[in-house]
Amino acid sequence: MTIVQQVITIAIATVTNFITRWLPFNLFTSGKDDRDEPSPFIKGLGAFLPPAIMGMLVVYCYRNINLLSGDHGLPDLIAGLITVVIHLWRRSMFLSLIVGTVSYIVLVNFIF
Amino acid sequence: MNSKRGRNFRLALTRSSPVFFGYVILGLGYGLYMHNLGFSFWYPTLMAATIYGGSVEFIIATLLTQHFNPVNVLLITAVVGFRQFFYGISMLTKYPHRGWRKFLLLFGLTDETFVINYSLQVPDDCDETSVQAWITILDYAYWVLGAFLGGFFGATFNVQVKGLDFVMTALFIVLALEQFMQEKRHISSLSGVAITIGCLLVFGKTYFLIATLLLLVAEYYYFYRRHQKGGDRA
Repeated sequence: MTIVQQVITIAIATVTNFITRWLPFNLFTSGKDDRDEPSPFIKGLGAFLPPAIMGMLVVYCYRNINLLSGDHGLPDLIAGLITVVIHLWRRSMFLSLIVGTVSYIVLVNFIF
Repeated sequence: MNSKRGRNFRLALTRSSPVFFGYVILGLGYGLYMHNLGFSFWYPTLMAATIYGGSVEFIIATLLTQHFNPVNVLLITAVVGFRQFFYGISMLTKYPHRGWRKFLLLFGLTDETFVINYSLQVPDDCDETSVQAWITILDYAYWVLGAFLGGFFGATFNVQVKGLDFVMTALFIVLALEQFMQEKRHISSLSGVAITIGCLLVFGKTYFLIATLLLLVAEYYYFYRRHQKGGDRA
């Protein structure tokens, strides 16, 4: 690729990526008033989706594990479970993140 | 720093700090990845600053080493970015509908920033939109910094701790768990997890998020219609 083609490639990715984030505001609001409400269906959808998306993103983090071969995804699953247990116990985000990540590092480097 | 401005910024700093670790580590990985493809540190830094979407940047990095194909770039970015459309829908009632901060908040609507800003609870003496805007700016700075460091130190900075990037998985787990403990009904959380696992198995890694989101919209449409007919709503 020439430098111009590279710039065009990056520009297309930039604009397309921005549009996917901005489009709902263009489609479902007038853009003139903060208080105007999207239709009941869209508003309800916006309230229904986030918990599902949070669950989706957790599964997304696990998309590369292979249950059938290698380490069977055990380091990821065990460290995830440890994170959940620590969080239920102390409910401190930082403690959960640190213990979860350190246990994963120990698991992948020294155990599996 | 005890002004309202200072309080907004400090709250944003606290809330975004898990993303600091995650983004600097992932950004480092991304910068190193481009370095290993043979690019100068300018590439990961500028791509982080313009595209600002981790998974898209990794793919574009590879595409830059191949033949010029603008249509392919557009399609791949749209497929990977598809989920962000639904972050926007969820933020319609939480982000302002006009002004420059609207564009800032939408430009920076990554997975992590979406989850943090959606879950954000702001005390009375802080301004929600300002805190959200600061979180967005800080997350952006962390990501660009990580990409720059990875690209710049490239070969010299080869001391990588394997597994450090689990911090992002742990962050999503904790935020999903918090959401789960706070909600009255678990139908959305549970269907999110179940449908995503099902779609990953059926459709594979490239398209499962699109299939999941379309199925979730279909599920909501079903509840919506049932509610309209006077039934019970989930």
